[in-house]
Amino acid sequence: MATAMVNIPETAAPGEIVEIKILISHPMETGFRPGMDGKLLPRDIIRSLRCEYDGEIVFTAELHPAIAANPFFVFHLRADRSGEITLVWADEKGNEFRQSGQITVG
Amino acid sequence: MTIAASRRRVLALGLAAPLMLLCRRAGATPEAMAAAIEAFTGGGTPAETGITLDIPLLVENGNSVPITVSVESAMTEEDHVEEIAVFNEANPLPDVVRVRLTPRSGLGRFQTRIRLAGSQTIIAVARMSDGSLRRAAVSVIVTAPACRES
Repeated sequence: MATAMVNIPETAAPGEIVEIKILISHPMETGFRPGMDGKLLPRDIIRSLRCEYDGEIVFTAELHPAIAANPFFVFHLRADRSGEITLVWADEKGNEFRQSGQITVG
Repeated sequence: MTIAASRRRVLALGLAAPLMLLCRRAGATPEAMAAAIEAFTGGGTPAETGITLDIPLLVENGNSVPITVSVESAMTEEDHVEEIAVFNEANPLPDVVRVRLTPRSGLGRFQTRIRLAGSQTIIAVARMSDGSLRRAAVSVIVTAPACRES
């Protein structure tokens, strides 16, 4: 599982640039680290993250093993209408996770 | 005499072995980073202005280092930051993160936390919508590198 804490503002003034934060609970195993048996632990990372505003892509990130465990991202969005902000993230096994929030502009 | 010398060598090898293990894991080199940057820029020469890479100069814990990349841009349809890539030269891989922004982003900025396997130079490169490039480099000292913790 890759649960996350997401911070999406509930309200914004028209045209306001709001900050969106996400903290994903994930070990981000690099594949370069030996385990207790001395063998390398298999790589297991969150590979991608994207943010959509009513389906419109706002921000995408491609993550590499150099991203710290429990990936944390802060980015911005110019809000000019009420709508749904969705964050979608995926690991390398193809598991996709998403979380949404409603923003009210006015 | 020969016995003493070989004993010394065996001891030295024993002491050096863990160091060699650590070195082996450090795969990226300044050359690998340069190649990764070259692939990103397509050979273009980035300007050294209009971009800021914010990272602590002295890092105590290489497992989680906060970085912020800010690119000066109006973020309009005609003029915005298209992509930002961050590279390093001492981790096993030269790539750290790549983000794509849109005019909808409003600000040419993002923040995350990265791993650093040792003291090194971190480089952020931004590609703008008109194809121009910007680059910022920061040298950081890491006292407790990420790869030593297993």
